[in-house]
Amino acid sequence: MLEIKNLHVSVGDREILKGLTLTVKDGEVAAIMGPNGTGKSTLSYVIAGREGYDVTQGEVLLNGENILDLDPHERAARGLFLAFQYPVEIPGVATMQFLKATLNAQRRSRGEPELQTPDLMKRVRDAAAKLGVSQEMLRRPLNSGFSGGEKKRMEVLQMALLEPSVGILDETDSGLDIDALRVVSEGVNTLRSPHRSFLVITHYQRLLDYIRPDTVHVMAQGRIQRSGGPELALELEKNGYRDYIAEEAA
Amino acid sequence: MINLSNEADAVYAAQFETMRDSGAAQRRTDAYRAFAARGLPNRRVESWHYTDLKAALTKPAPLATTHSVTHALARTHDAVRLVMVDGKLRPDLSDLDTLPAGVRMQCLQEALASAGPTVTATLWPDNADDAAIALNGALMQNGLVVTVAPGAEAPRPLELITLVSGNEPQAVFTRSALIVGAGAHIRIIETHGVLDAGTEAASLAGAQLNHVLTMRLDADAKVDLLTNVAGFGETSVSVVSLIAHLDARARLNAHQLIEGGGLLRRQIFAALDGEHAHAAFNGVTLARARQHADTTLVVDHRQPHGESHERFRTILDGQAVGVFQGKIIVRSAAQKTDGVMQSKAILLSDGATMNNKPELEIFADDVKCGHGATCGRLDRDQLFYLMARGLPRGEAESLLLAAFANEAMAGIEDEALRDFFEARIGAWLTGRAGA
Repeated sequence: MLEIKNLHVSVGDREILKGLTLTVKDGEVAAIMGPNGTGKSTLSYVIAGREGYDVTQGEVLLNGENILDLDPHERAARGLFLAFQYPVEIPGVATMQFLKATLNAQRRSRGEPELQTPDLMKRVRDAAAKLGVSQEMLRRPLNSGFSGGEKKRMEVLQMALLEPSVGILDETDSGLDIDALRVVSEGVNTLRSPHRSFLVITHYQRLLDYIRPDTVHVMAQGRIQRSGGPELALELEKNGYRDYIAEEAA
Repeated sequence: MINLSNEADAVYAAQFETMRDSGAAQRRTDAYRAFAARGLPNRRVESWHYTDLKAALTKPAPLATTHSVTHALARTHDAVRLVMVDGKLRPDLSDLDTLPAGVRMQCLQEALASAGPTVTATLWPDNADDAAIALNGALMQNGLVVTVAPGAEAPRPLELITLVSGNEPQAVFTRSALIVGAGAHIRIIETHGVLDAGTEAASLAGAQLNHVLTMRLDADAKVDLLTNVAGFGETSVSVVSLIAHLDARARLNAHQLIEGGGLLRRQIFAALDGEHAHAAFNGVTLARARQHADTTLVVDHRQPHGESHERFRTILDGQAVGVFQGKIIVRSAAQKTDGVMQSKAILLSDGATMNNKPELEIFADDVKCGHGATCGRLDRDQLFYLMARGLPRGEAESLLLAAFANEAMAGIEDEALRDFFEARIGAWLTGRAGA
């Protein structure tokens, strides 16, 4: 479960999140929709612990624990996963080597025994097959020279292996053609479970045809402006965000 | 006119007197005069602008005379080993009986006494006008002269180990030569360090090593050279030089790992003297604390169709100072030269300094040459990505730094040797992350 309470975040002198409050229950898929420049990516980075953001007020609770003072790797080990909008290319680090390092770092952090290579290989192969990630991709340096679709599939592959309790998908649909969108969405859907929550950040309704949300939240001007069910996404697709922007400006 | 204006020069003058009659008296005298006319290089000498050897050697240590007693030396490579400690060949630590067929080894003293024209030309090359090398020529105590017969193919690498024992400050001057006959192939591992490195005595003793390896590759010869400089204490001063001559179609594939310690200068002078000669120089330098690590390289293309590739990576932490000076010269005769030089540095702290100076001097008109030099910090996006996946900062940094450094080691053809170098880089990074 993810609880965001009255979150205020600034970068330099500019306040970007202005008292954002949102709860995603166990098993829930919550979608955040909103126009560009409204702080959606800031929200995902702040939850994951990126440097450069000042949290001036508020809390983020992961399964009841405030994680704002934890380092990014500690948040990950406690079950948080951020699927990046722009997965970073890391030349020189083989994908398989990276997967082994991250899986075992998280296990060590939780006091669990490390996975041995054969066990790890089997898990990776099984998960990769489901997502159409080729063995050749696993041998390449992480995300290096991957197409947009390959990068997003790699994000979902990592999520499947790391088994987080909260997954944040930041604009996972950006840069995907319709076939890749389907594969990635199916990958996410198979990970849905009563013990896992998702926060799906997008500005198009299209992704939500594939990943059906339980709740939809409209974010604008650094706050949640309105919450509702899946029908809210359809309404936004029809009317756009102008009501929310106009409201703020008024 | 010999200038004895300071204490260091006076010490070297006295040391030269003791070495004058240790073989090749005329060559030594010429070398000493060349040195004394200039003195130790300081910042006013352009090629030493970033490394002030004169300031570092105000008190030259006495020439090494104490040769430590029998000492076990861990074997790190499957190689035929030749060990010098404090400027003296140590048969007890060397594999003199198992030299590969076609490989002959003489001590420098023997070689000087019976030197033929090839040995003489190799030991006294014409393409390294440098005061530190001149000083080495005047004071060289010993060395190994290795000859590989034409066409020989040495199945195991030859490991040349030069150690300074760390009991008290002492200066070691060694000069070795490698003469590789036409079409022969040999792998050489050069290891320079301190006996009992890591002990308090070794780090305080302040070893002063001036080593020169001269190399001559006849037509179609091939040498894989791996150089590791490691373990020097914080008060040590080391200059480790390589001077190479390549004849037609000869190939030199060189990799070096320089692990900082005190003031350290690696200098390479390579002359491509035959058509289609090919030289690759790759290196990783790791330095921390107040270490000073300089790599200076001059590649001189003298004949057409030569190729040279240089790829260097430097990682600096603490207050360390790194230097990379790389100069590619393309003479007017050297048409169709292909030369690419790249030096990249990552600075891990605000106190570290990198001096990156690539240079091209091109006198031919039909060549393909380029260079690139960068200095930066670790990429924050990459670091955050790895941490968001569960890697603690130190581990994430080490993973990225290893990837950065290993790029320069990718061309080591022998997998076991490549693994060895990568493991040493990994150990340095782990030591840093744990510190």
